[in-house]
Amino acid sequence: MTMYVEREFKGPKIADGKTVISYYIYEAPLRLWHWLNALFIVVLGVTGYLIANPMPSVPGEASDSFWMGYIRFAHFAAAYCFAIALLGRVYWAFVGNQYSKQLFLFPFWDLQWWKEVMFELRWYLFLEPDPKKYLGHNPMAQFSMFFAFTLGAPYMIITGFALYSEGAGVGSWQDKLFGWVIPLLGGSQNLHTWHHIGLWAFVIFVILHIYAAVREDIMSRQTLISTIISGYRMFKD
Amino acid sequence: MIDTFYEIMRRQGVSRRSFMKFCSLTASSLGLAPAFVPRIAHAMETKPRTPIVWLEGLECTCCSESFIRSAHPLAKDVVLSMLSLDYHHTLMAAAGHQAEAALDDVLKKYKGNYILAVEGNPPLNNDGMFCISAGKPFVDTLQRVAADAKAVIAWGSCASWGCVQAARPNPTRATPIDKVIHGKPIIKVPGCPPIPEVMTAVVTYMLTFDRIPDLDRQGRPKMFYGQRIHDKCYRRPHFDAGQFAEAWDDDASRRGYCLYKMGCKGPTTYNACSTVRWNEGVSFPIQSGHGCIGCSEEGFWDKGSFYDRVTDLKQFGIEANADQVGIAATTVVGGAVAAHAALTAIKRARAEARNSEIAEARNNESGG
Repeated sequence: MTMYVEREFKGPKIADGKTVISYYIYEAPLRLWHWLNALFIVVLGVTGYLIANPMPSVPGEASDSFWMGYIRFAHFAAAYCFAIALLGRVYWAFVGNQYSKQLFLFPFWDLQWWKEVMFELRWYLFLEPDPKKYLGHNPMAQFSMFFAFTLGAPYMIITGFALYSEGAGVGSWQDKLFGWVIPLLGGSQNLHTWHHIGLWAFVIFVILHIYAAVREDIMSRQTLISTIISGYRMFKD
Repeated sequence: MIDTFYEIMRRQGVSRRSFMKFCSLTASSLGLAPAFVPRIAHAMETKPRTPIVWLEGLECTCCSESFIRSAHPLAKDVVLSMLSLDYHHTLMAAAGHQAEAALDDVLKKYKGNYILAVEGNPPLNNDGMFCISAGKPFVDTLQRVAADAKAVIAWGSCASWGCVQAARPNPTRATPIDKVIHGKPIIKVPGCPPIPEVMTAVVTYMLTFDRIPDLDRQGRPKMFYGQRIHDKCYRRPHFDAGQFAEAWDDDASRRGYCLYKMGCKGPTTYNACSTVRWNEGVSFPIQSGHGCIGCSEEGFWDKGSFYDRVTDLKQFGIEANADQVGIAATTVVGGAVAAHAALTAIKRARAEARNSEIAEARNNESGG
């Protein structure tokens, strides 16, 4: 039994003749991670942009203000939380239910999966009249999340810690683990640029992710937004 | 019998007292504890001098100019007494066949025991037929001298990374020396030029301890390239406070605020300028009111404008930085999403209209 294939559901009927069935998909730790993660990404994105493009200068003595310091602190703190939360999320993929693993899987050799991806693509191009229903992520969602988040998050963490190692100093654990990235990308300035491009990749992902979730929630006879809040996916007909 | 450093220095008229001062100055410039002073003195008294061969390839001699302005240890001590610069294109007394004979002499006499210092780099285009002295292109001389050297010092950004002459499109194919010298320890001392005190300290360290200093991943001595300009910049409090100059002649600039927004490369440049400074510790670029241009970083000429904080990306045909590209991409995606949403809404409205028509028709049928 694969988790992404549409299935027919039979259940009790409600007054207007439609059926509502709910399935428990996203367990509590996963939902908590999702929303914390969203918070961290917002903090990281805003502070990251402000680090590269600082706000107008504050007046007074330098010793009276610590604006850039606080912004950088927020960025670093959120980055640590983001990285540790991702580790927790990886752990949950091992111990959680089957849907908790989807984020980290890319079923490249699964022909059926690719067909479903194409179906979803056609649905988004208005070429299919009706969407399918999925218990976990739909294949398009899995596809985009894998590339944007599952690959994107470690990319930002690795380049981010490499940047952090510059301040932490030679011999720090950040330097030992991530310092090799700096010469790999051709120096510190290039590393800054690469990390900065990552910010915009995340901004675009967030736009698409939220749009797709809202649209599917309205269009596809199944819940998405309440699912990531309550954990239950309901099918509306 | 080869003379020791100490004997040579005494012969030059350096007193014992001056010698000990020199040892303590060297120790402190290397960041070593006072306990190392007698060790340095002992090494200098007992070790035979190490000759240095100094080759110059495609370069501007700013490294040599910098080197002879070293204040601690005094250049005259280093050049005349301590290092024996047996062959140096700019500083040697000999010329012509005499000079070449001196070079051959060093290579033979001190085989495997001399240090090669390289200023500039070999251009490899046109079969390397550049910088020809004594009938040989520089790349040949470089490889011949490097073959029997104990260690190689890459002076400046030219020898370390390629520098200006290797900037795109690099017409002569100027190549950093570590690409043409293999199997020898290479110490990179980048900068355009490197700080004189850093140069003499690196040489002093190698001569007194008979080993190369600790190097970082990119082959630079950790003691001078372990931190960024930004980490020890005297304007750092303004950065942390969020006080930035926005123009070269604005009030913030006059107040000495941080030059981050003016494109200062201090946060991405590993060098000791903000601590050792230049011209006997008088100043360094940021102190003089101009941002760091990152001259000791790899490919610093090709990293966009010296006056931009966020580097331009040339891959997109037009010059745009990560923010401009990101905002453009976000706008396109946002626009596409909005259009998609609108189309979805229209489709859905039409479908609903059709459904209600069908329902109405059905009602009419059943009713009529």
